Amino acid sequence: MGERTQYDVVVIGGGVVGTAVLRTLSRYQLKAALLEKEAEVGWGATKANSGIVHAGFHNKPGSWMARLCVAGNRMYDQLCDELDVPFQRNGLMMVARTPEEEQILRRFYQQGLDNGVPGMELLDGDTARRLEPNLSGEITMVLRAASGGIVAPFALAHAQAENAAANGADVYTEVAVTGISCGDDGFTITSQDGGTWKAKYIVNAAGLFADDVARMCGLDVPSLIPRKGEEYILDQRVGDLVKHTIFPVPTPKSKGILVIPTVGGNIMIGPTALEMPRKDDLSTTAAGLDEILAFTQRLVPKIQRRDIIAAFAGLRAGSPTGDFIFETSHSGRAVHLLGIESPGLTASPAIAEHVAEMLAEAGLELMPKPDFNPRRPRVIRFKKLSDEEKEEVIKRDPLYAHVVCRCETVTEGEIVDAVRRGARTVDGVKFLTRAGMGRCQGGFCTPYVVRILARELGVSPLEITKRGRNTELLAAEAKAFLKGGEADA
Amino acid sequence: MRSIRYTDVAVIGGGPAGLAAALAARRAGAEHVTILERNHELGGILQQCIHNGFGLHRFKEELTGPEYAYRFIPQVEADPNIHVYLNTMVLSLTPTKEITAIHPDHGLVKLKAKAVVLAMGCRERTRGALTIPGTRPAGIYTAGTAQRFVNMEGYMPGKRVVILGSGDIGLIMARRFTLEGAKVEAVVEIMPYPAGLARNIAQCLEDFNIPLYLSSTVTMIHGKDRVEGVTVSQVDDNWCPIAGTERYIPCDTLLLSVGLIPENELSQTAGVPLDPRTGGPVVDEKRETLVSGIFACGNVLHVHDLVDYVSEEAEIAGEEAARHALRETADEAGSGRDGGQQLALKPGSNLRYVLPQRITAGAEVDLYMRVSHPMDAVTLTLSGVTLAKKRQVRPSEMLKIRLKAQHWESLFQAGKAPGQELLVAAEPSA
Repeated sequence: MGERTQYDVVVIGGGVVGTAVLRTLSRYQLKAALLEKEAEVGWGATKANSGIVHAGFHNKPGSWMARLCVAGNRMYDQLCDELDVPFQRNGLMMVARTPEEEQILRRFYQQGLDNGVPGMELLDGDTARRLEPNLSGEITMVLRAASGGIVAPFALAHAQAENAAANGADVYTEVAVTGISCGDDGFTITSQDGGTWKAKYIVNAAGLFADDVARMCGLDVPSLIPRKGEEYILDQRVGDLVKHTIFPVPTPKSKGILVIPTVGGNIMIGPTALEMPRKDDLSTTAAGLDEILAFTQRLVPKIQRRDIIAAFAGLRAGSPTGDFIFETSHSGRAVHLLGIESPGLTASPAIAEHVAEMLAEAGLELMPKPDFNPRRPRVIRFKKLSDEEKEEVIKRDPLYAHVVCRCETVTEGEIVDAVRRGARTVDGVKFLTRAGMGRCQGGFCTPYVVRILARELGVSPLEITKRGRNTELLAAEAKAFLKGGEADA
Repeated sequence: MRSIRYTDVAVIGGGPAGLAAALAARRAGAEHVTILERNHELGGILQQCIHNGFGLHRFKEELTGPEYAYRFIPQVEADPNIHVYLNTMVLSLTPTKEITAIHPDHGLVKLKAKAVVLAMGCRERTRGALTIPGTRPAGIYTAGTAQRFVNMEGYMPGKRVVILGSGDIGLIMARRFTLEGAKVEAVVEIMPYPAGLARNIAQCLEDFNIPLYLSSTVTMIHGKDRVEGVTVSQVDDNWCPIAGTERYIPCDTLLLSVGLIPENELSQTAGVPLDPRTGGPVVDEKRETLVSGIFACGNVLHVHDLVDYVSEEAEIAGEEAARHALRETADEAGSGRDGGQQLALKPGSNLRYVLPQRITAGAEVDLYMRVSHPMDAVTLTLSGVTLAKKRQVRPSEMLKIRLKAQHWESLFQAGKAPGQELLVAAEPSA
């Protein structure tokens, strides 16, 4: 464990925000580390995020959300190009069905203009249906924002951490911070299993748990509101139902239940928005599914229950003020990011820059590293290659000829690459490569993925987990449960 | 760019269907047959089916899965004109029967065939397809994945097991886990009758005192990291859980055996139309799909419960594929089939599906069908003409009924002609 390792900055929390902060810090001549309580980065709210890069018309002018969303949106092309993370500007549409809702759209249009959102237009229903033929015939008006996009949030968090590490930052996983103390020589951070880290500055990017971490620093902050969102993924067979991300007019609590294309080619429907008493309930429910189907079928009537291939739920770090909260303690040497809910993913690159400025104001010296490399080695996605490229890559490494996941055409070469980039679990491999994300949901490939992970990590398959501690996939070797070696009947 | 290889009949998949099809194609005169198999060995899913009960119809013996496969594999390997490519994944198939595949040593391979036999098998339905509410802990597997872990990889996924669905693989795995020293708490089936074969209910559940809960389903999965238990509820006639019937069963593993789906992604790249009832291609009695020269057999065509019937069906497909290839050799312009003489076969009362879906007028062939729900004292009819009488029919047991000359006579007398539809029905015997 971190033997009182001395860092300039320790970032607590490896979600898309924490990893963005870490990568930003890795541009400078300083020593930075990230502590993540899960087995891999991006496994909190990030993993269950809808993956939408918002345009920025949803939020009140002047709010942190509005400013950082629009600023973050502009940064995505370069960010995802540098990190080789799938990103598309598929555009988004907010739809209206009634004259009242049309009024709301006009208000959002104006709000978008005030926020500096580019590329917006108001369309009548028929014009919108020419762009999106599966939109409900009841829709009378659409606010379209061309700058809206989609990204794979987990892949982005992982890529940011990988790139930061390549530029000298340290990433520690399975480190749950339980205590923070501050003395003359800076902060001492202790973890559940007794590790300690020393830091001159702290960034609290603990997401849903940021209020707990802030309290460890002696701050009296209001509690974050765990707000559960269930999402359901549809088979790729119906992956072209819509191109744009389709929004209803929002509710006071959330942006509503949406129809969301993903960079992986599946349509996703959701999320619900239910305030929860606890921070650990990630169950999906029959009621949630019914609600999502009822809502989204009113937007896109062709959505059907039988096309669902997977379900998941996440917990948002609901803000008690309705805006991002940037708190500081210890004369600004600890920066606390609270209530980073939607549009937190979109805003994350801009949040990271803002945090760096806050740390600089508190005295952290930011001297650019001359040898900072913003680029990550490119990821081979076999399925997307041309025939010539496939031929070439197999010649270089025959593992790319072994298709492990049939549904998504993911090869052993890609899985080995993911493990070398830091994946240590079956879910980690799944989220980095898509192996197991298709319609058979890992039915065929899980045993192979376990075998490859065990081989690459040099451990027994019994040690391979679904997603870290206590989630081992296998219980024992065959015959181990038989006493005295009874013969098999 | 790489060169294109040529073959007479390309068989995609080296499982039981592909093996029998390849041998039949050679017997019927195809000069070169090529089997493309993604695994490192032939035999397909049979290799992990180490239990016995295979081959009762065909070989009058109780064989294990690998033993059944080895009734075919040595013959395939002994034939120098059957070219077997292992570790070969087919990426696409065109309507003109051009195959793109990858292989570790050969790289990207293009293969042009005169006829193609689809024999890719099927996959298991998953939790997502059922949308069972609850958490997503470790310890949820399809029965076939668990079978692979136990029988091929040598690991036990868990010690205390609930099985949702009474499909045959789930029943087999109930016995397997028990024999391996694990405790199978229950098999839970949403229908009022089992989905698997009667003999598996007797030999895998009853012989081991494993309870089978009918008209019940898993309504919640519990456990944050690892499965800790499931809630099982009874369901009403509409499969809706009945409030107040919930019972909690502690377990560390949930196996799903809730059905199989023919794996037709590749067929669709060739534009092969599918039958929504079977999930497999629409075929005629030659097992030719609606794309000329592309044939299908085995579980990719419809899900079988007995491998014996898979072999039988594959032999038809292989033989006809060879004939098609020979016709193409004789007449490079190609000879389209004479679809004008065909009638459509549709499932009627209490029939889930019937295969083939198209049939040449007057052809004496076996019809394969499954009923929708169990029924006693049944007459099977074809547009009013009696085909057979059965004491009992069940959805789990595929029916095979011979369509004979006398049936055709009656049909023709009733005015049935090519271009028309025939309705197969299972009706209570008078």
